[in-house]
Amino acid sequence: MKGVRHYPGFTAIALGCLLVLYAPMIVVGIYSFNGSTSLTTWGGFSLRWYADVFTGEEAERFGMATWNSLTIAFMAATVSTVIATAAAVAMVRGGRFRGKAGTFALINLPLMVPEIVIAVATLIFFSTIGLETGYLTVLIAHVTFCIPFAYLPISARLQGIEGTYEQAARDLYASRWQAFSLILLPLMAPGIVSGYLLAFIISLDDFIITNFVKGAGMETLPTAIFGSVKQGLKPNIMAISTMLLVVSILFVTLSYLINRRGQKTLVQQGDRA
Amino acid sequence: MKAAIELRQVVKRYGATTALHGVTLEIGDNEFFTLLGPSGCGKTTLLRMIAGFEDVTEGQILLFGEDISGREPNRRPVNTVFQQYALFPHMSVIDNVAFGLKMKGMDLASRRQRAGRMLEMVHLLAFADRLPSQLSGGQQQRVALARALAPEPKVLLLDEPLSALDLKLRQAMRVELKQLQEETGITFVFVTHDQEEALTMSDRIAVMSAGRVQQVGPPREIYEAPVNRFVADFIGETNLLEVEVEAVEGGMARVVLPGGHRIACPAAAGTAGRHHLSIRPERLAIASQGGEIEATVERVVYLGTDLQIITRLDGGAAFDVRLQNSARVAVPAPGTRVGLHLEEGAARLLAD
Repeated sequence: MKGVRHYPGFTAIALGCLLVLYAPMIVVGIYSFNGSTSLTTWGGFSLRWYADVFTGEEAERFGMATWNSLTIAFMAATVSTVIATAAAVAMVRGGRFRGKAGTFALINLPLMVPEIVIAVATLIFFSTIGLETGYLTVLIAHVTFCIPFAYLPISARLQGIEGTYEQAARDLYASRWQAFSLILLPLMAPGIVSGYLLAFIISLDDFIITNFVKGAGMETLPTAIFGSVKQGLKPNIMAISTMLLVVSILFVTLSYLINRRGQKTLVQQGDRA
Repeated sequence: MKAAIELRQVVKRYGATTALHGVTLEIGDNEFFTLLGPSGCGKTTLLRMIAGFEDVTEGQILLFGEDISGREPNRRPVNTVFQQYALFPHMSVIDNVAFGLKMKGMDLASRRQRAGRMLEMVHLLAFADRLPSQLSGGQQQRVALARALAPEPKVLLLDEPLSALDLKLRQAMRVELKQLQEETGITFVFVTHDQEEALTMSDRIAVMSAGRVQQVGPPREIYEAPVNRFVADFIGETNLLEVEVEAVEGGMARVVLPGGHRIACPAAAGTAGRHHLSIRPERLAIASQGGEIEATVERVVYLGTDLQIITRLDGGAAFDVRLQNSARVAVPAPGTRVGLHLEEGAARLLAD
């Protein structure tokens, strides 16, 4: 069998894609360690911009924004994961029910609807019901759009778990709740953790919706970065971006690894059975 | 006979399709009872209804006289060995075995002790702390058995538990299962599509087809006295011939085979007209001449322990004869004419 490398143009296309995707990030990563105030000329290796993030004139603003981002991401991921888990159990284990296809579409719609539409709609909704924009509205919006991201790995995981495990538990005198909490939940755990991490990072990264519903005075890290850039690009932004990138990569990798490890235990069981 | 399980006119429908058409059965206490049939005959559905995983559309299921038809699975004192074992992958072997005891509220020390004894019984005590995925298929199967037997169910349900094992292991497990049933004295209800499994282990067999019980009886009766074409054809190999009943006298009928040969076989008074006749291929002897039936040898197939002689009756019907592969047996050459002797009781007239 021919390897994928032998397809004509493979190397060129692959290199082109990698370049467009990652070269900017690599540049940002490298220049975050730049010693000069210039964005483009290299002034030697230095951690001054990292220090600037924590101690410079914008430090307080970034600190507050980071705190907001982390607390909102934590709460939004937690709530949306609980909801997504319940939704996955209902969808995958609930048998057939009226409106199942519609429910599935509703859960996943936020993935397909343009974010700007959700942002505008959410803002109009909040102002219609008279909810003042601020921390709470950002939190509610984040919970909402995090649900489909948490739902995907959880339901994928659940689909891979055979129904006979719960039947076996029920057969061995477990109540419905015990079968769920002692058998299904531990088996779903890798998917749930993976969904949680994904929701967390999606919340942490969000800009458009947050920017619409945050109101004045309230900032998350992405909106704070945007605000700072509007007043002129400084290398401290590169330092923040690099740190955010590292956190994102860590979370996504962790999510992937946990999911894969979970998958392996299920597959092994099936193989030898 | 004291009934462990009594099924009364049990019907199962899925929408417009009917999976079981009113099954009535009595399964005795301490019995090794097998539900045997091809896939789709409803045997697994019936088992799942006894376990409580499927609702009963109509009829009743009684366990030692008590109606359990509407009860949740965890409120039925029966346990199941699943086809793919369904061992909890995140729990050690001993925790798997102790799970049912834990749910019944037994304290940690007692349930670990009892689970340990169950593992000892299936020779897996050394594997107590492993995960199920670290065991072979045969070992997982025995853990599933120990787990289902640990809470001392009144009835053990087994859903094709041997189908995932290779041949040697399957044969060894048959003996082990039967022994286990005798030692524990628990009623086993065993579902299989494998007639050999059913014949070797069961006290009684219910042969099922198309959602109905065709015949219930001990293995010998099922094999030697099938009541209809389905049972005769499904269990073992047989020659099915369409025959004409000429006369019945003193419990014996004279029937005409397709080739014009006449033979005698037991029949009830009043039997007449066209019927099917079953003749087991191993209940025949071959001679160079004479015999009730004459046929021409077409092929001889070597099967190891046996020889299969494929012959053709004068009327054109194919007819199988099994001979034991022994030095004393003269093997007829293809093309020769032979006479076939029927052993007593070899031919059975079928209801249909």
